[in-house]
Formats: sequence, structure tokens, C-alpha cells
Amino acid sequence: MPRVKTRGFGVRAVGDRIFNLTTLAMALVILALLAGLTAELFRHALPSIKAFGFGFLTSTDWDPTTDQYGALPFIYGTAVSSALALLIAVPLALGVALCLSEMAPAWLSRKIGFMVELLAAIPSVVYGLWGIFVAGPWLRDHLDPLLAKYLGFLPLFQGPQVSVSMLTASVILAIMVLPYISAVCTDVFRAVPRSQREAALALGATKWEMVRIAVLPYGVSGIIGAIILGLGRALGETIAVAMVIGNSPQISASLFMPSATLASVIANEFVEATSTLNLAALVELGLVLLVLGLGLNIAARLMVYGATQRRFQKPA
Amino acid sequence: MTLTKSAHSRRQLFRKLKSDVMVGLTVLATALALVPLFLVLGYLVSKGATSVNWSFFTRMPAPVGQSGGGMANAIVGTFELVGLACALGVPIGVAAGIYLAENRGGALAQAIRFSADVMMGVPSIVVGIFCYATVVRPFGGFSTLAGAIALAVIMVPLVTRTAEEMILLVPHELREAALALGVPRWRTSLLIVARTAASGIATGVILAIARVAGETAPLLFTAFGNRFWSTSLLQPISSLTMQVYTYAISPFADWQRQAWAGALVLTAIVLALEIGVRWLTRGDAQVAR
Repeated sequence: MPRVKTRGFGVRAVGDRIFNLTTLAMALVILALLAGLTAELFRHALPSIKAFGFGFLTSTDWDPTTDQYGALPFIYGTAVSSALALLIAVPLALGVALCLSEMAPAWLSRKIGFMVELLAAIPSVVYGLWGIFVAGPWLRDHLDPLLAKYLGFLPLFQGPQVSVSMLTASVILAIMVLPYISAVCTDVFRAVPRSQREAALALGATKWEMVRIAVLPYGVSGIIGAIILGLGRALGETIAVAMVIGNSPQISASLFMPSATLASVIANEFVEATSTLNLAALVELGLVLLVLGLGLNIAARLMVYGATQRRFQKPA
Repeated sequence: MTLTKSAHSRRQLFRKLKSDVMVGLTVLATALALVPLFLVLGYLVSKGATSVNWSFFTRMPAPVGQSGGGMANAIVGTFELVGLACALGVPIGVAAGIYLAENRGGALAQAIRFSADVMMGVPSIVVGIFCYATVVRPFGGFSTLAGAIALAVIMVPLVTRTAEEMILLVPHELREAALALGVPRWRTSLLIVARTAASGIATGVILAIARVAGETAPLLFTAFGNRFWSTSLLQPISSLTMQVYTYAISPFADWQRQAWAGALVLTAIVLALEIGVRWLTRGDAQVAR
């Protein structure tokens, strides 16, 4: 928007100045919030940072009774549950995005796209409730025995099968992040210039070959961005995970066992923190979560910007 | 010659078949993705509907062991928290959105736009910790105010980005026409451009409301929850989400039943907002996620 210098004097110039300063101040609130978030978390995590140093990230001790705190079980739980969720959600999300952008007619694509978006609208506490009473028991009774039977030689699928587990949490997370990934991917695929597709088709490509030659390569950075964005969502998801993961600070190879994530342990223990150090340790978990979230989002946004802004460039 | 020709057509057939299979797979993926939506909604209705009755909306939570009771205070609490969050967050978000749209290319605007996008990805529980540190501790306790501020922090970047996008959709000629008539810039921005974008901005605000109405994590240690009426902004308050959470993880069948009812009401509110808004603005409004 080209800036036109106000040439008026008196009331007019003053009005403009007040207006500009007010909107500027409100915009600066966003910067202040982001800076404040980081600073406040750091400040309140300081006792724990001082007491444990880098060992905090590598220790598996989490014991409020002896005031010993280590984040590794939660970092592990967050990493595994998020990775597994993406493993389930990404192929499906790519399928949905391709179906919406390449296959379905526009009217149907709009309707289905809207329904997929509704998945993102359902509150996470509702997913948690459904996970506790429906999905968890169903997975335990139907999926777990199958996995144990055919893949039981892997340590991932051994041991007792319970309904609150890493596996249940990952499945619920997958459902929750899928709409975010598919929405961004759909945008990315739609931004691929028409001429690319037409060129592929003119060379005799089938529909799938066109997707593979013209659409997917063009959207790679956008797809990666979408996946990272989904990862950011999965890492930070709290309530649904806290309800179905079992909240046990242990590292176990089996996906059938309960676990805990950074976010879920904060939700469970924050109010009941017994000492200053306990609270500081929980805040430090939050700080780890914030740093991961910020880092992933910065990376993802940069990649998605790159992929969806290309439509404004001249086709090569 | 005939041999190569048949090999050629076999190859064609294989390519065609492969393409059809892949197209089929994308359709299957879409169908699979929608299964949970219908399952969740189906279970909500079948398990929750029987417990949604008049007393659910008008009665207070019953003590453990007594059956009956409702979520009157939690329902009011949700409206109170979200209303207050709007009062705090919407003016900031809209003003910031206007700033971003008016200063499209500026370096500062770009930094703020990027910060807003990044802030949308900050885990909501972290916002809860932030408000615990900055509001709950200094004010000496869990409070409605702290919960509302936490929700407002989540709303601001959402509203900002939508407001910006909507204002940018307003044709530039409209602004030029107003300026040419001698209308001051600030009146043009506020009364011509922003007003033209008002329905789009409202859409964004309502979607942000739908989003925060379903938040639980940032409220756990700000608003905290309350089994009674909250009579002051400095007292803890309950919300539908927190009540559903508490009841869902409780061992009492009666509470679990009520959790389903609460979840049904909550989902109905959120989906009504989402669907209503999209239905009203069937155009191609692009809304920040």
C-alpha cells in the first residue's frame, strides 16, 4: 500500500498521528507478548536451570519427593508420540490434500474440505473424552492384539495392552493434526501453476504421473512446512494427550505402555507443585516446549511462505 | 512389430491402472480422515444427549455420590471467560491488523506479521504458564481475570491476521476515492476501509471465539475451576472445558455421564459458531488458522 504523506495541518494531521500511533502500539503488543512469554518463562525456570544445568535435559529422574528433576522421559514421550502421530497423519493428509486439489470437482472439494476442517474445530477435551471411553478401549481390544500377533517380535509391540498408552495418544494426536497438515498442503498444491499440470498432461502423463511430475516436486518445501507445522501442533497438544497417555514418567520401548509428554506433565502437576524447585522445573519443561514450538513454527512458516507465494511470480 | 506394440499397450494399461489405483488411494484417505469426525459426533450424541436436560443447564454440580446436578456455573463461566477475553483481545487484534494492512511492506510490519504467525503456534499450555507468572502470582490467586487474559493472548494473533487479510481485500480504489474527497487518512482507514471489511473481521473474531471456547490447558492454572458461582473477577471460575476434563478423568459413573453431556453442549456451541459463520460467509474468505 503506497504511503501518501498527509499534507494537512492542524486537526487532520493530529488525527492521523493519533491513529497511527494507536494501531502501532497495538501491533507492538504482539511483539511484547512474544518477548514477554519467553522472558517470563525463562525467569521462572531460573532456579531449575541453575540447579540442574544441561543435565536437566538428559536426566531421567523426576521425583518431587527428593526434589530431583530431569526432563528426558517427557522429551522422549513428546518426541515418540508426535513422531508416531505424524507417521499416521501425514500419508492420510497428503491423500486428502491431493484428492481435494487434484481429483474432486470444485463443489465437492469445498464440502469435504469444510468437513475436514471441522475435525480441527472439535475441542481437544472432547477428543480426550472420546479417547478415554471409546478409542482407547477399542485400540486395546482390536488393534493391539493384531500388532502383538504379527509384529510382536519388535519390542515396540510387546507387554501388557492397556487403553491409556503411547499408542492411544498417538492415534488421537494423528486425528487432531491431520486437518492442519491437509489444509496447508491443499493450499500449497493449489498454488502450483496450471501451466505445470497442463505441460505434464500434454506430454501424455496420466493423472498420477502429472501429480508426481508436476505437483509434488513443486510443493516439496510447502509439504515439509506443513508437516513441521503439524509437528508443532502435536508437541504442544495438552489436554487430549494428558487424558489418554497414562501420565507415567517412564521410558519404555513398548508403545502399549503409558507414558507422559512435556505438556501433559505440566497440566497434571503444575497446580500441585510441592516446592519452588518443583515449580521451576515444570516451568522449564514449558520453556523447552516454547523453544521447540517457536523453532518449528519459524522454520515451517518460512517454508510455507516460500511455497504459496510462488503463484505471484511469473511462471518460468 | 506386433510384439512391441502389445508390450507398448500393456505398458499403457499398467500406467493407467497405476494412476487409477493412486487416485483411489487418495479418495480412500479422504474417507478415512472423515471417519473420526462422524465417530466422535456420533458418540457425543448417543452418550451425551440423554443427560442433557433442563437441570443440566440450570443446576449446580452435585457433590460426589449424589446423582443429578448440572453445569450451570460452568456454562456461565465459559461465556464470562470468552466474553472478557474478547473485550481484551479483539480491540488489540483489530488495531494491530489495521496497522499491518496499512503498513504492508514495512520492515516492522513484516516482523510483527511473522511474530503473530509464530505466536499461533505457541502451545496453549505455555500461555497458561505465562499468565500464571504474570497475573495469578502478582494478584495473589487464580482468577477469572487471569483465565480471560490467557484466552485473550491466544486470540490476539488470530484476530490480527484475519483482520489484516480482510482489510487487504478491500479494493484500493475505495480508499483512493475517500482520500480524493479530502477525507483524512485515519477516517478513511477506520470508517471506510475497516468498515467495509467489518463482516470479514467479524468472521475472524467468531472463529477465534470458537477456538478459545474449546481451550482447557491455558485455564487449568489461571481460571482454575470452581464448583460454585464465581462472584468476582478475582475469584476462580469454572468453564465447560475444565468441568468436562475433571468429570471425564473421575472414577464416578455419574460424573462421566455428565462429562459426555458437557462435551456435547460444548461441541454444539463450537460447531454452531464454525458452521454458522462459514454458512453466512460462503464467499472465499481466507481466514487465519
